[in-house]
Amino acid sequence: MTQAEIIERINGFLVDEFEVDAEKINPDENLRETLGLDSLDYVDLVVIIESNFGFKVVAEDFINIHTFQNFYDYVGRKVAEKATA
Amino acid sequence: MHNRVVITGLGIWGCLGNNLDEVTESLRAGKSGIGMDLERKEWGYRSSLTGIVAKPELKGILDRRARIGLSEEAEYAYMATLEAMKNAKMDMSWVEKNEVGILYGNDSSAKAVSEAIDTIRIKKDTTLLGSGSIFQSMNCTVTMNLSTIFKLKGINFTISAACASGSHSIGLGYLMIKWGLQKHIICGGAQEVNPFAFGSFDGLSAFSIRENEPTKASRPFDKDRDGLIPSGGAATLILESYESAMERGAPILAEVVGYGFSSNGEHISNSNVDGQVRSLNMALKDAGLSAKDIDYINAHATSTPGGDLAEAKAINEVFGECKPLVSSTKSMTGHECWMAGASEIVYSMLMMKNNFVAPNINFENPDEASAKLNIAKTTTEKNIDVFLSNSFGFGGTNSSLIIKKVK
Repeated sequence: MTQAEIIERINGFLVDEFEVDAEKINPDENLRETLGLDSLDYVDLVVIIESNFGFKVVAEDFINIHTFQNFYDYVGRKVAEKATA
Repeated sequence: MHNRVVITGLGIWGCLGNNLDEVTESLRAGKSGIGMDLERKEWGYRSSLTGIVAKPELKGILDRRARIGLSEEAEYAYMATLEAMKNAKMDMSWVEKNEVGILYGNDSSAKAVSEAIDTIRIKKDTTLLGSGSIFQSMNCTVTMNLSTIFKLKGINFTISAACASGSHSIGLGYLMIKWGLQKHIICGGAQEVNPFAFGSFDGLSAFSIRENEPTKASRPFDKDRDGLIPSGGAATLILESYESAMERGAPILAEVVGYGFSSNGEHISNSNVDGQVRSLNMALKDAGLSAKDIDYINAHATSTPGGDLAEAKAINEVFGECKPLVSSTKSMTGHECWMAGASEIVYSMLMMKNNFVAPNINFENPDEASAKLNIAKTTTEKNIDVFLSNSFGFGGTNSSLIIKKVK
């Protein structure tokens, strides 16, 4: 899976499942503020990442994810790690 | 000093239609809502017969956070409640400023529970269930979700009383308002319709297996009945004090005047004439009415051999001399279980409003007990001033409600 495909898939579920306005998704924007996530939404984010990319996010990983770009990069790294494992 | 309790709003989502107008038309036409769900055969069901209920489309109506906590039956309940609140003229800005309660009947959320357990067994990880699972899985899924969505601030809990759940929710709402503890309560009943929900009931051989004639399979009081047909959806009624309704300028549709209840104190699934008679007499006494004052009885009769026989005997014992018209709308809907006690008040209210008694379809030949009742075989034009609705459930829980037209 290329990075472009990963970004397309993430943006897809953010729009379809989390009902985020597509125009607000910008690599440099703050992920939490843009999505308006509460503690329950993070539970759902873990589920949707697992079902789309096949790995489990641990809560601590979110600490260093601030922007959409951080999020894309994080998922890209995890998908690559999984492919080479 | 007791308050008078009136009904100011109705809403329905079920196999006879997805709103009051559709359901009125089905009731008048004697239209069956029964079909088949062939997946049930793959699951090992004896019978694939079921009420056919549409899935509401909630995307665009409710946001994601509100939607993901809703179980199947809570989705039905949301749609029914939306309709009831609209025609009771209760908008959100009014509700937020007043103490509106909710007492709703529900006694399972089997699909949500089963799917969650399946996921845990496969994934071995509870954090992969998602945040909505817990709010879908509990029996109080309807009251927990609707109280949040509609921002309710009054009494808030679920009544689980098997197939009398919906009826007791109205009875308890009536008592709360009558005694002055609340002014406005959303009452109702909801029932999921899926293979997870009814397997154990099917396993008792309680369901009709007349699969070659789905619309003729539910035949309460008929001597050739061979069992009930599971069904569901949701029905909502807005109850409030007469003074509150007048103050708000709300439409007063009818008055709840009697609530009777009893427990059989016997077998867990077999009906009991004495328990039902006590419930009927208690409702009449509470209403200050006698048997001759009842124009129509909406019977609980589900189309099981034993249950219908006991109810026919109980009705005959109390109403044998005056013989009011009787019909079981389950002949069209199947058994809406936790929802039935509420939906059958809605059906009867629609008959009262439109001056007819809906038929007990498929009643072709009586047995010795039903022959003594005045059963409406066809749609009957009739002015209804007062009706009574029965609901009986496993464990011997009985409930009878009496509703009167406000003139």
